[in-house]
Amino acid sequence: MSRPSDLVQGTLDLLLLKILALEPLNGWAISQRLKQVSGDVLQVSDGSLYPALHKLEQEGWIAAEWKASENNRRAKFYSLTRLGRGQLQKEAACWARLSDAITHVVRLEEA
Amino acid sequence: MRIGQWLYAVPLRLRSLFRSQRVEQELDEELQYHLERKIEEYMAQGMTAGQSRQAALRAMDGLTQRKEECRDMRRVNVIENTLRDIRYSLRVLAKSPGFTSVAVLTLALAIGANAVVFGILNALILRPLNVPRPESLYGIQREDGWGYQSYPDYLDLRDRNRTFDGVAAYTISAAGVDTGNTPARTWLYEVSGNYFDVLGIQPYLGRFLHAADEHGPNSAPYIVISYGYWHTHFQDDPGAVGRVVRLNKLPFTIIGVTPPGFHGTLLFFSPDFFVPIVDQEQVDGKSDLNAREKRWVIDTLGHLKAGVTPAQAAADLNSIGSWLEKSYPKDHGRMTFSLARPSLAGDILDRPAHAFVTGLMLLAGLILLAACANLGSLFAARAADRSREVALRLALGASRSRILRTLLTEAALISLVGGALGLLGSVGLLRWLSAWQPFARFPIQVPVTPDGNVYLVALVLALVSGILFGIVPVRQVLHTDPYQIVKAGSGGRLARRLTVRDVLLVVQIAICAVLVTSSMVAVRGLARSLHADFGFEPRNAMLVDANLSMAGYRGDAVPAMQKRILDAVETIPGVASAALVDNPPLVEGWNVTIVFADQTTDLRPGNAAASPVIYAVSPGYFHAAATALLSGRAFTPHDDRNAPRVAVVNREFARKIFGSVTNAMGGHYKMRDGTRTQVVGVVENGKYTTNITEALQPAMFLPILQSPSSQTWLVVRSTRDAQQLAAAIRGTLRDVDRGLPVFTETWNKGMDGALFASRVATVSLGVLGAMGAMLSITGIFGMAAYSVSRRLRELGIRIALGAQRKEVLQAALGRALKLLVFGSAAGLVLGLLAARVLASIVYQATPRDPLVLAGVVLAMALLGLLATWIPAQRALSLDPMTLLREE
Repeated sequence: MSRPSDLVQGTLDLLLLKILALEPLNGWAISQRLKQVSGDVLQVSDGSLYPALHKLEQEGWIAAEWKASENNRRAKFYSLTRLGRGQLQKEAACWARLSDAITHVVRLEEA
Repeated sequence: MRIGQWLYAVPLRLRSLFRSQRVEQELDEELQYHLERKIEEYMAQGMTAGQSRQAALRAMDGLTQRKEECRDMRRVNVIENTLRDIRYSLRVLAKSPGFTSVAVLTLALAIGANAVVFGILNALILRPLNVPRPESLYGIQREDGWGYQSYPDYLDLRDRNRTFDGVAAYTISAAGVDTGNTPARTWLYEVSGNYFDVLGIQPYLGRFLHAADEHGPNSAPYIVISYGYWHTHFQDDPGAVGRVVRLNKLPFTIIGVTPPGFHGTLLFFSPDFFVPIVDQEQVDGKSDLNAREKRWVIDTLGHLKAGVTPAQAAADLNSIGSWLEKSYPKDHGRMTFSLARPSLAGDILDRPAHAFVTGLMLLAGLILLAACANLGSLFAARAADRSREVALRLALGASRSRILRTLLTEAALISLVGGALGLLGSVGLLRWLSAWQPFARFPIQVPVTPDGNVYLVALVLALVSGILFGIVPVRQVLHTDPYQIVKAGSGGRLARRLTVRDVLLVVQIAICAVLVTSSMVAVRGLARSLHADFGFEPRNAMLVDANLSMAGYRGDAVPAMQKRILDAVETIPGVASAALVDNPPLVEGWNVTIVFADQTTDLRPGNAAASPVIYAVSPGYFHAAATALLSGRAFTPHDDRNAPRVAVVNREFARKIFGSVTNAMGGHYKMRDGTRTQVVGVVENGKYTTNITEALQPAMFLPILQSPSSQTWLVVRSTRDAQQLAAAIRGTLRDVDRGLPVFTETWNKGMDGALFASRVATVSLGVLGAMGAMLSITGIFGMAAYSVSRRLRELGIRIALGAQRKEVLQAALGRALKLLVFGSAAGLVLGLLAARVLASIVYQATPRDPLVLAGVVLAMALLGLLATWIPAQRALSLDPMTLLREE
């Protein structure tokens, strides 16, 4: 689904899938977790998070469920589906290939 | 998207669509939650409540836009927009019911015509026989394109080939069948013992025949009955199997019932019974099982062995052919074989059927194209009329693609509704056609019940044509300049150059003219064929079919009984004359033999002087049939078995063998078996086979006493009312023998079969022609009305300045008329070319017929007049004052 050229969008998909692979989270918690794990390097704007989540849900990669949140309010929790697990592997592999290639190119220039 | 994904996506989208409020609410709640947490975060950092709220909203980059993006992600907008387009289009279409109904009707007619013709094409050509593994089933045909073989040749083909899994044979015949009530003539297949096994069909009840049932002539008194016959005559009684029925008075045991979907292997001829071909003598009253020269087995067929190509099979058969040529030089000339479709008994039937149906499909396609051209120009005209609306919408910020989508939605709606209507009509028509039995005598049916293919084709055609006429106005919309149009008003520009619309109209008129021309040619041909010279007079002549073998007459009993029948019928009041013939011309079938010149001694088929049609007739035949005797005498009762062999030949025979009628008189020639025969009379030429368009054929008539036949037809000439006469004849014959099945019909009715092809051609062309005419009326009307309405203001000014009626008309309609003339001329030429093709089906269909030419020109002129009448009236009745005030 995500083309290599579509880097930003594709990367966001990959990040979301990876985070949800660890545990089901709601949108807010996802944004917090993103900041936390990437040491504030990857700041996804609050606005673009939700369309991305809705897209992943439509693709069938994640499923949503309304549950009580950590502060005991109703929130929409997303979790990875079986299809999503497969997609995560694919995208992770794709990302590894891409980053390998880019690293390689960067090294070439230095030498 | 893969299947697994659909499992997730479809319920989600349906939910988004049908529970949209709930979904919207959830979206709100989800974002609200995020917002609140964000606000809490900011407040923890020390902002005030108001500031925090502001900051949180800013971080969202606009809540509403994000929501819209989420909706886009759910792909709901596409569907909602489409629904909105549909609603809008329905409203627009409902606002102009005239336009809508004309468009829908036009398309319904065109799609309907295509669906019907495709239904026929599907049934006759595309759909294979209803047997297992139809793809490897082939019929075997001879070099002349007929499937006919002689029985001994069939046996050799069956036993000597190495490429078929088995070769079966069948032929059509009729027998008098008595299931307990009165004997009735019933149509049947005589089949080889392996017939059902080769086809791979399983019985519905009981068992089928097998090769093991055959032990020489008349050895297998078994019959298999069709499901239909079992249903109607035995009321689905399973006890019918094992019952004995009388066939030509002889006992036969019913051993099985065929499955419901099996109707024999000749596409349009479903038999009631299947009897072993080895019983031919009992069924037909004569045996040709050993006659190698007589090709009476209508078709042979079988499955190719796995891995064998048709070419290999043909080569295999041809090696058998050359072996047969060498082994039986007296019986066979050149013998080559090829494979044919198994459902029509050889290419000779297949090819014209193929050509005709393909031709019809082509014409129907033209109709659809014309309809599309028509609708396309209507749509273009509408788009132009709506240019102000389009300009306004563009100016208000609508994207061009959105506007195009609206237009295309309209086209799609019209095409779907029209297609559905057309399909509905065509399904009804096809059902009716399937149930239709064109002939009283034969169980001939055209099994054209529509199936999935027909529905699919209709749907695809509807959609494709929707797109075709929907895209006509696209360019127009793409080039709309809102500023120009709003400024100048709708009557702004006047197109002087040739537009797409003009071309479409010319094409359409040309197509219409082709259709009108060909239907006129066909109708003229049919009218002529009804008054053609057949070499006999079918009017006031009754045919009586009383096949004596069906009542158990054999050998010497036959001529005696024939004399009794003839004597009895001649005493019926009102009967002018009556005579016997074994097979009347142009009715059921015909027999062809070969003859040799008197001096020929080597009687190989290759040395034959002619292949005439052969008839056995009683002395009064020429009188009763009203066949003119040109020279010599007719037969007398003295031309019997003890007298020298004599014949009456037709003029063509005399010309071919003897050079002229005078030379022929008293001359001798040799029959196939070498018998010397003297010509005692010459009669006029006629039509003999079952095809009215046949070329001149040599024919010979032999005295029935010298060449006896149990096939007995009476020709009864009388001016009495046909029904009364038929009843009287049947009554008289019942008194002679109660057990004799008798069938009566007028000779004209009997010729239905011979005229069938040309009638069908004429009717179908007539219908298509009428449709073409209708389409061009709407087309020209649309064009003329449009050109008047576009130039209303100009016309108003002309009238105000004192233009005469003629000038106004010329300005308003000149262009439409010019296009009409141009299109008609092109169509006429094309139509005349197409009519050559017709000549092979329709009797004397010649395009070089002044009446046809005049008819076409008149018809097109009338169409033009009709179509431009209303627009012309509108142009003439313009009141410049009102018009100028309005603008």
